[in-house]
Amino acid sequence: MGRRVGLEVSLACAEAVKLCNADVIAAYPITPQTHIVEHLAELVAEGHLDAEFVPVESEHSAMSACVGSAAAGARTFTSTSSQGLALMHEILFITSSLRLPIVMAVANRSLSAPISIWNDHSDIMAERDIGWVQTFAENGQEVLDLMIHAFKVGEDPRVNLPVAVNMDGFILTHVIEPMVMPDQAEVDAYLPPYKPSQWLNPAQPISLGMVGVPEVYTEAKKANLVALEDSYPAIVEHWEGFAKAFGRSYQPIESHRTDGADTLFVTMGSLGETCMSAVDQMREDGRSVGQVRIRLWRPFPVDDFLAAIKGAKNLIVLDRALCPGILAGPVATELRALLYAKGVRPFVANFVAGLGGRDVTRTDFVAMLDKAEQAAADGQEITCQMVGVKE
Amino acid sequence: MADEGMTPWKDLALGCAMSEPGSSRRFNTGDWRSRRRPITDREKCIKCGLCWIICPDMAYTPDPEAEGYYKWDGYYCKGCGICIEECPKDAISWQEEKEEDKYGPACGS
Ligand code: SF4
Ligand code: SF4
Repeated sequence: MGRRVGLEVSLACAEAVKLCNADVIAAYPITPQTHIVEHLAELVAEGHLDAEFVPVESEHSAMSACVGSAAAGARTFTSTSSQGLALMHEILFITSSLRLPIVMAVANRSLSAPISIWNDHSDIMAERDIGWVQTFAENGQEVLDLMIHAFKVGEDPRVNLPVAVNMDGFILTHVIEPMVMPDQAEVDAYLPPYKPSQWLNPAQPISLGMVGVPEVYTEAKKANLVALEDSYPAIVEHWEGFAKAFGRSYQPIESHRTDGADTLFVTMGSLGETCMSAVDQMREDGRSVGQVRIRLWRPFPVDDFLAAIKGAKNLIVLDRALCPGILAGPVATELRALLYAKGVRPFVANFVAGLGGRDVTRTDFVAMLDKAEQAAADGQEITCQMVGVKE
Repeated sequence: MADEGMTPWKDLALGCAMSEPGSSRRFNTGDWRSRRRPITDREKCIKCGLCWIICPDMAYTPDPEAEGYYKWDGYYCKGCGICIEECPKDAISWQEEKEEDKYGPACGS
């Protein structure tokens, strides 16, 4: 059952793509994604992975090449970050609308200006509405596992959608972590060769990417909307299958010490682990606190989330990106709207932390809990409050 | 009329793929034309074929009944006026048309 290794997470991500036997990789290097595609280029060049590596001239071209490759029926991978993801923007919508199950690793990084190569979620939050399945990893093992799961989900004939696996730049990508590397046979059993639902087959010609006049565009968008919502059962099912095959289990929303907790932190990505350790400490100190982690960001698992926060008096929603002009981060904006619509009304404090690689420590979590409890008691609002901003 | 030719969203092909070749032949770009149509004066026409080549919706095709001339198809002509602008002999000009005879035979000759 696999072997324990110590590996840089970027290399583990590339090894996962190799284990998944990708046919085509089209990518353009950008920090902090570079090691992922460099390692894949090596694996292809040295004959360890029988794939076509297309060294394109930009991320716009990378995603365009991926669209062509996936439309031709190839298992297709790309990876990018920050400005590179922004440059892919228009093609990302096309990919999901054409129902092409491309897998992309996003090494999350802040957007310029000022130029910052460091981590936050402003790149992916600007691409929330691309119609892709989107998951978040918290550590190296999860990157490896979510990559394998991504191909399985995207290629499921009930889904046929692209999948983005988010991993925090540097904090995850550039760190050497212990992890279990699955065997090829295990991955082959979990992920059989890709059988596309349709492809550009000369024997049965189709056209993709046609014009959609006003009489069809609305229906086309309705179909896209439903496709992403309907991917949920397959996502969960393939996590269950993953747990059986590999012994590690994942859920759309994951809870940590939520039992009886008055206040819950809501986190995404690698901050989740720091938060978990802070929550453990605070529990020992007698604080009534727990944590829920959003693993599946799109389609958003509404029922799982509501079940996870049931009974909590206060939520502390952490954002690592901004929504300028609305005074709440993107995650808080969405969760408040969701809670309002569902008639669930905990006190929601929203902090923005960890922008552009700023460290967020256990002490910061304690301070956030103090502030949120105080504000809840005083009936004060906390929204878009920037943690550690130098006044 | 409002939903004429519309497809329920559940019946759309995966990713809106199109498996029928030449389906755009049914696309009624003539519906976009408003109140006037181009009409060719064959007295002035020198059969150069520029209108045939240049029309973005291929509304002109060689006239099988009058060699060298081009006949016009109101089902495709969207009324852009490019043929009128480009005809080297100013043989094509606008003519008022009523909505009800939009698709009638109209080859000016
Ligand atoms: S462009 Fe004018 S002259 Fe030339 S074929 Fe057409 S109508 Fe005749
Ligand atoms: S008006 Fe435009 S569409 Fe109509 S025949 Fe002339 S060039 Fe073609």
